[in-house]
Amino acid sequence: MKVTIDGQTIEVEPGTTILQAARMIGGESVPPTMCYYSKLKGSGGKCRACLVEVSKGSDANPTPMPKLMASCVTGVMDGMEVNSIKSDRVTEARKSVTEFLLINHPLDCPVCDQAGECDLQNLSFKHGKSQTRYIEEKRTFEPEDIGPNIQLHMNRCILCYRCVMVADQLTDNRVHGVMDRGDHSNISTCISKAIDNEFSGNMIDVCPVGALTDKTFRFKSRVWFNKPFNAHRNCDKCCGKTTVWMFGNEIQRVTGRKDEFHEVEEFICNECRFDHKNVEDWVIEGPRKFEKDSVINQNNYTRKLDTVVIETESGILKGREQDRRKISMSAVPLTKEEEQEFKEGNI
Amino acid sequence: MSIETISLSGRKKEVSNKKMSFLESLYLVAIVKGLFITIKHLFTRKVTIKYPEQVRPMSPVYRGQHMLMRDEEGRERCTACGLCALSCPAEAITMKAEERKPDEKHLYREEKYASIYEINMLRCIFCGLCEEACPKQAIYLTTSKKIVKANYERDEFIYGKDKLVMPLEQALNNTKLKTAN
Repeated sequence: MKVTIDGQTIEVEPGTTILQAARMIGGESVPPTMCYYSKLKGSGGKCRACLVEVSKGSDANPTPMPKLMASCVTGVMDGMEVNSIKSDRVTEARKSVTEFLLINHPLDCPVCDQAGECDLQNLSFKHGKSQTRYIEEKRTFEPEDIGPNIQLHMNRCILCYRCVMVADQLTDNRVHGVMDRGDHSNISTCISKAIDNEFSGNMIDVCPVGALTDKTFRFKSRVWFNKPFNAHRNCDKCCGKTTVWMFGNEIQRVTGRKDEFHEVEEFICNECRFDHKNVEDWVIEGPRKFEKDSVINQNNYTRKLDTVVIETESGILKGREQDRRKISMSAVPLTKEEEQEFKEGNI
Repeated sequence: MSIETISLSGRKKEVSNKKMSFLESLYLVAIVKGLFITIKHLFTRKVTIKYPEQVRPMSPVYRGQHMLMRDEEGRERCTACGLCALSCPAEAITMKAEERKPDEKHLYREEKYASIYEINMLRCIFCGLCEEACPKQAIYLTTSKKIVKANYERDEFIYGKDKLVMPLEQALNNTKLKTAN
């Protein structure tokens, strides 16, 4: 099936969603996602951050869809034409969605451990406004202890349900979920039970905001002061392939390997994540690469830089070749007087 | 006109090589003229001050020693978010964060605080980017009105929280002034 997103056409399998097709193309036109997670079944359709404009339904029925569609749950049709970042309607909608998501967000990024790799931060940086129109009091919750490894900050939660799906699909026994309704809905274990399942740590990785963070890394460092390395170890429970975040010779945090869409490549077990903080436990493969504009690359001089060559002679004194040709104007020769003046100066 | 005779500044002068007269060759007039200039300067206004006793007023935007601010209740504003260290072009700032305990609520403003905050004054170039980056208005270079003192030991230039944090009395004074107005 053929689908055109922001003017770029791609051939995809039937049953692909617009978002997946956009991710195949990559670049600017990939819609941001806050709740959709390709590795979790049934995710998506909640946050509305991925809204796109369908300007042509299909070849069979070319009428445009009247409303903006959530690209993560809308399947492509043959000959569909989609406008993502190109459309003003879409950017306007994303701006509004960002504003809505930030209504109850405490904006405590200086304190939050997720800052620097936070999807909501990225979204608001790209699509958000720098001021708020919200004057009411923000929704707050009492802090709740949900176990020795995971820290819950309910105030930061945007209710994407990703962690619930992780518990449903990766673990055999879900002990937490979304309680109450509407404005009061919150992530909780209901009867203050500890989350201790072997794969429960993946909730931290899938959480798009800082609502679920690593207790072993709590306030230890900021994300961008760590040096991320790909590492692996022999683990009988999971694949053992992780990213370790080092500060000097100390492993401060272990996470799954996240791809360009901030989704983990493979889920890892709690033992790898929380219990192995010695360098001897890991085989370090090499530094992990991040997007060019990621803050994690800050103050990181390990990447080799291109040498800048300035050809002073040809570049500055004589000028560029194309300019010189234009200025000298060999077709219009100087008069004898002018030539004399040119040689001796005109004072 | 050749390049030797062109005067771009307009001050180029042809130097004459004429012979001095007898009176001129005694230099008496020239010496008296010179002494007169010297004596005249004795009675003009002095441009220097006696520095340690006398201090010039600082410009309100003068960037001197950093100060970690306290808020109206005397709590430290810094949350160790690391943005100052990130923005620092000289990489002079290091810090270590810690979680605030329930009985320390009167000391620190936020959940997290800087247990160690150090600025290497030898590295610092006093550009003020840390002040600009700070989201909590915690670090200022303009409020202390101090110049970082010279020293013989390199270690002494690493300023910790003991030297950087605003004195509590000053914070309380500021609050008093604010409420009085």
